[in-house]
Amino acid sequence: MTPELKSRPRLAVGCRLNEKGQPSRVLHMPERALRLNGPSLEIIERCDGSRTVREIISELQKLYSKAEPKKVEDDILGYLARLHDQRALDFTSDPADGSADAK
Amino acid sequence: MTSAAKPPLALIAELTHRCPLHCVYCSNPMELARRADELSTEVWSRVFREAAEAGVLQADFTGGEPLARTDIVELVRAAREAGLYVNLITSGLPLDETRLDELVQAGLDHIQLSFQGAQEESANEISGTRSHAHKLRVLDWLKTRRLALTLNFVIHRRNIDQLGEMLALGEASSASRIEFANVQYYGWAFANRENLLPTRDQLDRSLGLLKRAEERLRGKIHIEFVVPDYYAKYPKACMGGWGQKMMLITPKGDALPCHAAQIIPGLHFDNLKHSSLREIWEKSEAFQKFRGEDWMPEPCKSCDRRTRDFGGCRCQAFLLTGDAEATDPVCYLAPQRSKVDAVLAAVNGPSAEPIVKPNWLYRSNPA
Repeated sequence: MTPELKSRPRLAVGCRLNEKGQPSRVLHMPERALRLNGPSLEIIERCDGSRTVREIISELQKLYSKAEPKKVEDDILGYLARLHDQRALDFTSDPADGSADAK
Repeated sequence: MTSAAKPPLALIAELTHRCPLHCVYCSNPMELARRADELSTEVWSRVFREAAEAGVLQADFTGGEPLARTDIVELVRAAREAGLYVNLITSGLPLDETRLDELVQAGLDHIQLSFQGAQEESANEISGTRSHAHKLRVLDWLKTRRLALTLNFVIHRRNIDQLGEMLALGEASSASRIEFANVQYYGWAFANRENLLPTRDQLDRSLGLLKRAEERLRGKIHIEFVVPDYYAKYPKACMGGWGQKMMLITPKGDALPCHAAQIIPGLHFDNLKHSSLREIWEKSEAFQKFRGEDWMPEPCKSCDRRTRDFGGCRCQAFLLTGDAEATDPVCYLAPQRSKVDAVLAAVNGPSAEPIVKPNWLYRSNPA
């Protein structure tokens, strides 16, 4: 699936970032963990249910201003879709939360 | 390379061998640890801190039944405070709603609830306990809690034809993952193997059914299927490689590279009461023994797959051949593959009648 730009991703239940003080940052998921590097960490930290996909894209485009904006957008959409398939993200609808994914 | 191991990723904490169930395929050793010998809350808490410092990400609380520990809430809190992701692998039997809420508040991240099937009668027969109905109640309670849930169905010949019903049970629950884990043949399961191993027809049908379910449920429920490796062409990458990713700690504090390692003769296991986790991981004889490739015989030594399956499972090699250094006989290239084929022939042969009421060897309980 391709995430809708107006939807608000947030980490699914059972998925969380480890604490900031730890040597490497990981996204914990049931039965697995993803090590996060610069851009992936920047994306995940913004999946808090308050920002829309569009807002996350635009924040990352500013942060990585030397990169081609379209490439940044495509990378983010691909990454979010993958995390959704792995059940790490829920997307809540805008404006009211009527999504079937929401728990 | 036998040294310079990367840190383990997961700590499998067998908190106790006590359990209200008596499953005929229990992965615990035949010789169970006594309650009086179990590690204290304080030692476990230190182990969690040492684990997190060594780079471990996740603690899997298991047993026996981990909820049989009266300090389970404290242990969850200690592991979480140490910085670990805390997973509780449970039968759900000793659980009530108050205890469940306490566990969630203590920081439990994920619960893996085991089922012995979808039908009450056969599930109770396998577990030797009237357990199924209570598990269904636990499923209901979980719907109203913010706690990630995996359902784990242990699969074998007597329940593999219930996969559709198991899926329905999972879909009606709050689970984001369903594991269909075929029994692996060690310990109690090895003793009951001839009554548990599915037929090839059963396995083929189940693979088709689960493939369709996987497609239908993509993005909603993740489906994991563990095949009985006797039917595989290549061995499983047991534990992600010996001493590579996981450390298992027994109720007494012995550190093992896998659940069954104690069956291998001559291996000595260091104990966390006397040594630090890092010291054991890096230096103990048991973890060094089959780490890397130096121990490998042919055909593993020159095989392209040796970095993927690590020569398979040492315990299985020992159980089937009497030699822990043999190539896992599951591999079609193994010199002793015929041992596996003989078992499959017995299960799939014309004389293989469905057994109405097997003479199960039920798992006992420690003193």
